[in-house]
Amino acid sequence: MLEVKDLQVYYGVIQAIKNVSFNVEEGEIIALIGANGAGKTTILQTISGLIPAKNGEVIYEGVNLQKIPSHKIVAMGLAHVPEGRRVFSQLSVYENLLMGAYTRNDKNEVEDSLHHVFKSFPRLEERKKQMAGTLSGGEQQMLAMGRALMSKPKIVLLDEPSMGLSPILVEEVFDIIQSINKAGTTVLLVEQNAKKALSIADRAYVLETGNIVLEGDAKELMNNESVKKAYLGE
Amino acid sequence: MSFISYLINGISLGSVYAIIALGYTMVYGIAKMLNFAHGDVIMVGGYIIFTFMSTLGLSPILSVLIGIILCTLLGLTIEHIAYKPLRKAPSLAVLITAIGVSYFLQNMALLIAGAESKSFSSVISVPPLSLAEGRLTISGETLVTIPLCIIIMVSLTIFVRKSKTGRGMIAVSEDKDAAVLMGINVNKTIAITFAIGSALAAIASALMFSTYSNLSSTSGAMPGIKAFVAAVFGGIGSVPGAMIGGILLGIIEIISRAYISTQLGDAIVFLVLIIVLLVKPTGILGKKIQEKV
Repeated sequence: MLEVKDLQVYYGVIQAIKNVSFNVEEGEIIALIGANGAGKTTILQTISGLIPAKNGEVIYEGVNLQKIPSHKIVAMGLAHVPEGRRVFSQLSVYENLLMGAYTRNDKNEVEDSLHHVFKSFPRLEERKKQMAGTLSGGEQQMLAMGRALMSKPKIVLLDEPSMGLSPILVEEVFDIIQSINKAGTTVLLVEQNAKKALSIADRAYVLETGNIVLEGDAKELMNNESVKKAYLGE
Repeated sequence: MSFISYLINGISLGSVYAIIALGYTMVYGIAKMLNFAHGDVIMVGGYIIFTFMSTLGLSPILSVLIGIILCTLLGLTIEHIAYKPLRKAPSLAVLITAIGVSYFLQNMALLIAGAESKSFSSVISVPPLSLAEGRLTISGETLVTIPLCIIIMVSLTIFVRKSKTGRGMIAVSEDKDAAVLMGINVNKTIAITFAIGSALAAIASALMFSTYSNLSSTSGAMPGIKAFVAAVFGGIGSVPGAMIGGILLGIIEIISRAYISTQLGDAIVFLVLIIVLLVKPTGILGKKIQEKV
């Protein structure tokens, strides 16, 4: 469904992504784990066209995304929940959700998605009219995810959804990710919380300073000695 | 009674500043740049309306409409040629370019229309209103300017808050990358903002030159700078801020001209800017600017 081939990304002269290849199949949850600065966020931003790649390709459903203007990617069914939520603080919860459906024109379908999102995130319905900037961190994460779902994506890229959340909220967010996946949406998950990420993922890739150093079945990686030592704190 | 008359004139002048300030503030909010050529678009608008009305003899309303259309196109062209290529450039480069565009427009006007200033005849034919047994007269220009300013403000606020495009503008002004992820075309949104700002400049032009009839290649510069002061005064990036800043500035200018000194009117306006920047750098309605790391 999504294939990243020999990706190289630079920030000026600094090479952030050295040579990264991986693939995501339909229906999977794929985790991309690694320490701070390993290049996880950069990879997601390159996939959704926010950062240009120096070399390599991002193929989504047979189309090279590098050739598509970045604002047209979401309409193709690829939604990105950025690191740090990035909700629009001056817009209400409801308006933020509408922004998620910006490229969709069928009002009834959008209304349908809205019901769906409110069902998955009842808190958002309670706070419908509240300005997004006044929400708590956990609520903002829910909003960012709900907003992405409003585009009715086939695949969502989630960047550090657990960042800055309490353990209970982390559980909740990961439960929601699993239910999004069960409802038929493919998930590409970037996480520093490797333990949680590996526990829900099908497969995972371990990223270190711009390179993939390990890949495989998530359960197997969980038992891998070096992964345990470096990322699981055991 | 004369104080009320000054106050009304101040509100009227301030309304014009407010309409111009909208162009500054919206462009700043969305493109994060100061379009210092905005005042010169007003001057060009003045020449366009003057040409169609006084030289070619078209009706005032038609001339103003043509002025609005051509100024909108001018704004779009400036954005496309001068600013769009600099989207990722440092803000100083953009600022210098804006000053360059400003000089370009002034000198083009000088070249085409000549150095001699023109006398703009009013586009407004509303008769003046006489109140309090003739002791208070409100000019036709004022009678049109103030309500028009209110209509513009209200419709613009509704457009920004309620329409899809308007909300897209808020999204772009707050977070360009997040807006792109929603599928918003940032370049198109910036272009729309320039179009709206330039159309408003043409309206401001018609209103301003109807009251202050002297039209030359530099006559957009001073109102442009004052409207910029108004935008900063009200809080740059804020639409209601532009309204409040503009009107307050107009009142301050007229009142200080009347009671303090005619010559020092402009100086007092800029003194206000300095005081505002010292006391509340974000302006009356301005939000704290968060630097993203």
